[in-house]
Amino acid sequence: MEKLILRRVDRNSEEMVLNFGPQHPSTHGVINFIVETDGEVMKRAIPDVGYLHRSIEKIGEVVGYPGFMPFTDRIDYVAAMFANEGYAIAVEKLLKVEVPPRAQWLRAISCELCRIASHLVGVGTMTMDIGAFTPMVHGLREREEINDYIEALCGARLTYNYHRIGGVAFDLPEGWRDKVLAFLDRFDKFLPEFDRLITFNEIYKRRLASVAVISREQAIGYGLVGPNLRGSGVDWDVRRDLPYGAYPHFKFEVPIGKGWAGTVGDCFDRYYVRCLEMAESSKIVRQALETIAQQPEEIMAKVPRNVKPEAGETLSRVESARGEMAYYVVSDGTNKAYRVRARTGSFTAMSVIEDISSGLMVADLVALISSLDVVAPEIDR
Amino acid sequence: MATVTLPKGNPRTKLIITIAVGLALPVILFGAVLVLTTIAKPAPVQAFVQTVLGKDPATWPFTGLVYAVAAALLSFMILNFGAVIAATTIWWEMRVSSRMQSRIGYNRVGAGGFFQWIADAVKLLLKEDLIPADADQLMFRAAPYFVFAGFGLIFVALPFGEGVIAADLNVGIFYVVAVTALVVVGILLAGWSSNSKWALFGGMRSAAQVISYEIPAGISVMVPILMAGTLSMQGIIRAQGAWPWQWFVFTNPAALVAFVIFFVSQLAESNRPPFDLPEAESELVAGYLSEYSAFRYAIFFLVEFGNVWIMSAIAVTLFFGGWQVPGVTADMYEAARGAGALPAPAWWGLQVASMVVFAVKTMLVMNLVIWVRWTFPRIRVDQMMNLCWKYLVPGAFVTFVTTLLWQILVASVPVAATASGVALSVLTLVALVQMLRHARQAVEAGGDRVDLSNW
Repeated sequence: MEKLILRRVDRNSEEMVLNFGPQHPSTHGVINFIVETDGEVMKRAIPDVGYLHRSIEKIGEVVGYPGFMPFTDRIDYVAAMFANEGYAIAVEKLLKVEVPPRAQWLRAISCELCRIASHLVGVGTMTMDIGAFTPMVHGLREREEINDYIEALCGARLTYNYHRIGGVAFDLPEGWRDKVLAFLDRFDKFLPEFDRLITFNEIYKRRLASVAVISREQAIGYGLVGPNLRGSGVDWDVRRDLPYGAYPHFKFEVPIGKGWAGTVGDCFDRYYVRCLEMAESSKIVRQALETIAQQPEEIMAKVPRNVKPEAGETLSRVESARGEMAYYVVSDGTNKAYRVRARTGSFTAMSVIEDISSGLMVADLVALISSLDVVAPEIDR
Repeated sequence: MATVTLPKGNPRTKLIITIAVGLALPVILFGAVLVLTTIAKPAPVQAFVQTVLGKDPATWPFTGLVYAVAAALLSFMILNFGAVIAATTIWWEMRVSSRMQSRIGYNRVGAGGFFQWIADAVKLLLKEDLIPADADQLMFRAAPYFVFAGFGLIFVALPFGEGVIAADLNVGIFYVVAVTALVVVGILLAGWSSNSKWALFGGMRSAAQVISYEIPAGISVMVPILMAGTLSMQGIIRAQGAWPWQWFVFTNPAALVAFVIFFVSQLAESNRPPFDLPEAESELVAGYLSEYSAFRYAIFFLVEFGNVWIMSAIAVTLFFGGWQVPGVTADMYEAARGAGALPAPAWWGLQVASMVVFAVKTMLVMNLVIWVRWTFPRIRVDQMMNLCWKYLVPGAFVTFVTTLLWQILVASVPVAATASGVALSVLTLVALVQMLRHARQAVEAGGDRVDLSNW
């Protein structure tokens, strides 16, 4: 890449090197793409990441186990709940603590609401990148309402810091359950309306159909996760295949890409998988809210104030809104972690871009980036 | 849950001022255009020189000067009209779009945020006029003037009412199509001279797009020309009637198709979504506008929104019967005018009626343009070219040839035009009612959630 940046521009060449970022409206954060174009057609696009690196993993080695929880929010601020959950599960594994069932249920409820909120931003900004502004505002309207409920639950709208090592911070507020159930009734009507508004719009479908196809092999080879992997037709969901928390108690489908508009693994598949997942998350929240009353009151396990796990290492995997999120935590027996490593979906999603960008148009690059639903802080951490 | 209390509703004084200005603006603008177009003609000017100044207009050397002053006043008023119309279009567009998006939208400056455009204009005028160091200084500065010239010159041949047109050229529509092309020169200059890659992309896209779409637009314009037998804007309107079944768009089935082609091409020519590729925000940052700021930026913006009025007005002229008032024939205008240098009061009344009809029709078409903008995603460059060359250009040729045959048919069976007019206008009405019902059902199914108490 250095060569590409430093290469002298050949004035007789038809090619143009374009810096697509770091401040560009559709990179949604500070990412740079170095794009070699010949007119509107790209030769290739090289993602240049690192503009948002905040040493979060290093901080994890400095602040002690419970103190790192608020920092995990900053790994993925669009879906912070999952970063909380993954870290909590990893440390619980080290401590060999059993989380009470009610806390498991609360984690599932908060995470699935967060998944809906995150996917609303994902599909909303995608429609905006394709040029339709109205659907995004409709998505944000619903997201705001979810944020209201999450705020009532944990006091924050963006960086929740809700999960704790051994449980969750707060129980459901009074009347919360009925309000959320009423919201889900409205939300289930919103999804078909959203589909009528934009998903099946002819221009929209043609912009995305068979564009930037990621084959099944490529998706697995590049380590894509979550909706991006399922969009390519790979049937893999950590919630179902490596169940954790309360998920074994809920019934839900895992939508996979079927080439609805064109080829399996195109931008439309990745987009529509997210739309379908929102409906599934809504089902999960419903089931959890209906059964949470049967769980005992306790929401925190007995965890010592000074968290000091035995020496050892552990890996936790959760299904985040952006795909599988893994925490690798190494303990040396002190009250601070020896190493905390977060494996995030956006980073691997960036790596596939260079391979499939060749021959796409500049407008397709925008569709590709937003269909991968990358969040800049999750790439760099 | 967070509750932010905003002041609800509007104070009475704010409401009164807004309504007063909102009513006064069209009266002043349309009134000034009406009065000045009537005065800035040789006969009233000569009468003025003879009676008020007491000179013989034929020999007095400054008659031409008086005429020039009147014409300058007229052009000044028309430019003002264009600017204010563009600005209020922005306001209306923002209000419509926020309603579509469950937002409140402009609501701070004036009741309903009606004076937001003044605030925006003042802000843009006060900003620094930044010119990039590497830009081609002269071209960069000149580009907005090209754009503005292309915009302003169209008003010369744009009708406002029966007798209200700056110059009823006998090649009116031809002139309009030709002058519109000046805007492309400006955009291309802006894109090229900015010395920015985004601007260059925008400029190139714009050139490809506008020049391609001039062809289907030009050919579909031929359909009303064939039907009217004239290129004059007023002549085309006079060839149509006031009622919907007498409009060109309905009296000839091919003209309905031609209107759709014309509408799509005009959207593309004025860079309106879904054809806003030259300034595609999510792809090209701001396209050819990337490096512009302050007043020059304001001019580009003004032209973009002013063009919405222009394209709607042209569509109304060509296809929707223009200013024809139901029940008023051409003879009645003649009869009401009287013999004096200045027309009689009844004539003014008829003129105002015709201007109102024309403005209302234009605004309805503008509303359609706004709906389209906030509903559709943007199409891609190659799709844009495909649409033009594979569908619109052949389609326009077909409507052109069909119209020739249709005119032969109408010449021998005159009732065919009326039959087609009645049938198509009834069909359109049914389709419109169906659309509104469908929209209402969709709104009820999804639940209409917007709090308009703070409008």
